[in-house]
Amino acid sequence: MADELLMGAYICKGCGIGDRLDCGRLETTATRDGKAKFAKSHDFLCSAEGVAMIQADIDAGETNHLIIGACSRRAKVEAFNFQNVTLSRANLREGVIWVRPDTDDARETTQEMADDYIRMACAESKFMKLPKGSGEQPLNKNILVVGGGITGMTAAIEASKAGYPAFIIEKSGQLGGVMAQLNKRVATKSPYAEPEDTTVDALIAAVEADSKITVHLNATVTKTSGAPGRFSVDISTESGATTNLSIGAIVQASGMKQYDANQLTEFAYDKSDNVVTQLELEAMAKAANGGPIKRKDGKEVNSVVFVQCAGQRSDKEGHLPYCSGFCCTASIKQAMYFKDQNPGVDTVIMYDDLRTPGAGGEDFYRSGQKKGVIFTKSSVSTIDASGADLTINFHDKILNEDQSMSADLVVLATGQVPNSGPDPYAVPMELEDDASAEDKQAAADAHEVAIGVDSILNLDYRQGTDLPHLKHGFTDSHFICFPYETRRTGIYSAGPVRRPMDSMQASVDATGAAMKAILEIESAAKGAAAHPRSGDLSFPSFRIEGCTQCKRCTVECPFGAINEDAKGYPQYNESRCRRCGTCMGACPVRVISFENYSVDSIGQQIKNVDIPEEFDEKPRILVLACENDAYPALDMAAQNKLEYSAFARIVPVRCLGSVNTIWLTDALNSGYDGVILMGCQKGDDYQCHFVKGSEMAHYRMSKIADTLKTLNLEEERVATYEVAITDVERTAQLINDMAETVEKIGMSPFKF
Amino acid sequence: MSNLNNQMVNKYRNDFLKEVEANVEEGDWVKMCMQCGVCAGSCPMGPYWDHPPQEIFMMIRAGKREEVLSSTSMWMCTSCYNCIARCPRELPITHIMHGLAHYGKRLGIAPKNQPTLKFSQKFWENLMTNGRVNELKLGITLYFIDGFVQGIKNALAASGIGLGMFKAKRLDPMEILGGHSVKDKSGLKAMIKKAQEIEEARISGNQ
Repeated sequence: MADELLMGAYICKGCGIGDRLDCGRLETTATRDGKAKFAKSHDFLCSAEGVAMIQADIDAGETNHLIIGACSRRAKVEAFNFQNVTLSRANLREGVIWVRPDTDDARETTQEMADDYIRMACAESKFMKLPKGSGEQPLNKNILVVGGGITGMTAAIEASKAGYPAFIIEKSGQLGGVMAQLNKRVATKSPYAEPEDTTVDALIAAVEADSKITVHLNATVTKTSGAPGRFSVDISTESGATTNLSIGAIVQASGMKQYDANQLTEFAYDKSDNVVTQLELEAMAKAANGGPIKRKDGKEVNSVVFVQCAGQRSDKEGHLPYCSGFCCTASIKQAMYFKDQNPGVDTVIMYDDLRTPGAGGEDFYRSGQKKGVIFTKSSVSTIDASGADLTINFHDKILNEDQSMSADLVVLATGQVPNSGPDPYAVPMELEDDASAEDKQAAADAHEVAIGVDSILNLDYRQGTDLPHLKHGFTDSHFICFPYETRRTGIYSAGPVRRPMDSMQASVDATGAAMKAILEIESAAKGAAAHPRSGDLSFPSFRIEGCTQCKRCTVECPFGAINEDAKGYPQYNESRCRRCGTCMGACPVRVISFENYSVDSIGQQIKNVDIPEEFDEKPRILVLACENDAYPALDMAAQNKLEYSAFARIVPVRCLGSVNTIWLTDALNSGYDGVILMGCQKGDDYQCHFVKGSEMAHYRMSKIADTLKTLNLEEERVATYEVAITDVERTAQLINDMAETVEKIGMSPFKF
Repeated sequence: MSNLNNQMVNKYRNDFLKEVEANVEEGDWVKMCMQCGVCAGSCPMGPYWDHPPQEIFMMIRAGKREEVLSSTSMWMCTSCYNCIARCPRELPITHIMHGLAHYGKRLGIAPKNQPTLKFSQKFWENLMTNGRVNELKLGITLYFIDGFVQGIKNALAASGIGLGMFKAKRLDPMEILGGHSVKDKSGLKAMIKKAQEIEEARISGNQ
């Protein structure tokens, strides 16, 4: 591509654009205001003929910066896909004609809307460069798998099958993890009636036979530095020997541990050997080897009670608030151990809500009932271990009465605790000075708990040693949209460290995480983002001479992509970056930019909107809309022919986190009457594609009041919303609400 | 308490569920209940029961023998089959209810003054006389089920209906003199007797 800026504007007349708008005037706007080298109209731009016309101009060297005034940038992406040129889209269809009535009254303002979008696209085009990719890392096919349980082994085998060498790091002396401690597993195959072999031995044999898989036993990760495609990982064994591995991507399958039943004093776990956890019962069943299961004192068990949700699904201090999801089927399986050996053994499962997830869960439950396992909906209050037998005191929830029952053995279903490393955000990196004492104390307490555990990855990152948590110590990965993804690019979590799950789900997880790791390896080698902006070659760079070493970018990056060098300057790791632009939004001196997305590429769009004089009664409302959810919602509003104010000018942004407050200050200074920011849901149930982007934006906007005050403007002129992709009617309504507000409080006095 | 009841108590001790499984019609389905409560919610007589089927099943598992068998609940079932149609576990709930009622009656611990039970007994006796239901006699029996004075009141109150039915040839007053019967009355009685013998043998086989 020639370095010379050759902007070519193309206006489509199809889909009614030609009927509703004066396309000749749009061409003039593009060339006169937008400084495009030329402007052309076409009756049907996305047709083969239209595309060929554009391609011919590119081939002839007429243009290298395309401006296409047609439909939304989300439509016709296959048609308008040109190589080696930049592309700006002016949204004349969804953004203009579909949201405005086709009346004589509306014609003038509709045309002005379209003119502005053409000017904006030209301004954007002027400040865009073609991203090239950094070439920072080569293709490195090695996958590191931390944890040698079934999740880790499955991930390694799947990676190996796809041709990617895997390295399993296992802390203990043998593979198998928790699954190896089990006697049998819950049925996995139709008719889902009988417990099955755990298949762990077969899995271990497969790992050991695989030439592409290297196993490091008694080993831990002592240092991880670098970035996807060029991780440098130190593996240390107990003996002190350290090996360095060069790794492309990492799967963390560090698994789960049992909840500590010693905390359940009401169930006498600490007092009696005859109160055991599920894992302890597995050991007893293994020891029985098909014979009658015996207690520690040698007595054959003739009656057994299973207490579900022991220390789980409870708000009590120290209990797990969540459902571990596997224990109901596990207890049914364990009751079958007894019933299969001797149908005369009384087995009672005391549950609150019986949950049997998976395709065969219900069949397995039914099979348990057929075998004579008794299910009692009840809550166990205490277990009395003072006599020879145990007395279980419980409240029958169907009959609504307190009862008691005696048994030889009680099994507690205590659930899973994830084996996560310490949460890097257990204490907010920089607590605001005005944070309350309570907040600070809570943060400090959380930190105490979090640092109690050993680091698993020992990341040499500016933002902590391990994967960030979301809730209850599980690593953060959006459970619907982005499973396995974590907030550290190139590191994927799988299995019960990610969320509570059973062994079947863990195997599925392992496969998914291995595939994600492969995708990341391949993307990193190309210098492209893997996710969620797949294939994006742009990456952030900064002007070192302008940088004040304030560290805001390194703190706010949701993905820990930015380190600091010895002098405190940011150090970008391109393959760790997801290209959200949160650093760009954070930078107070605006030195951070992407080739095709920068403070200027958006700022100039805002500045190039025509601001009519105050007495024209034509306000201007700037809408900065997240391109992932809010912008599609606005497009859908247009498809549904919902109308919104002709005074709105919508600019899509990569993430609300990339919104630099300078854009707002500039907009208000240059006479915009209102500004709306539309991002995604934030918080624990976030929908933000970049996890923290929306949250950061909301935080920054909470400080905008000062700016407004210095400008002597009303606070209502800036509004920030959380919008979901389904908020189709709401997005249009929010714009109209702002138009109404502006009408009420009057025009901005800053129109020149 | 009847002799049979004592025998059953001794035999099954605490395990009422096993007793139900062995002796109650469709009783081996009881363990398959998953306590969803759809039967309880579907029953049109629900508000009038002491215990809906869901609870009855839970009580069986909890070993509440006396409470279940002497309960009036099963006797309230009108056999509408709503519960059977809706049970996600496909339990034949209506049949189990009748089975439990029947079992309680056999053991002699069914509630004595439950109207359905009383009616059923009268119906059975009426039916067994001739092998056919004598509607006139059954009706009159029911009038007097709560005593002589109430019977007269009932009869007077329904006299208009009786007269109408007579005019419409729906009621034959001569039926009062014995009424018509099945062709082979003694054959029927022998058959019923044999059936009762088989059932006795089945129960005693369990003893």
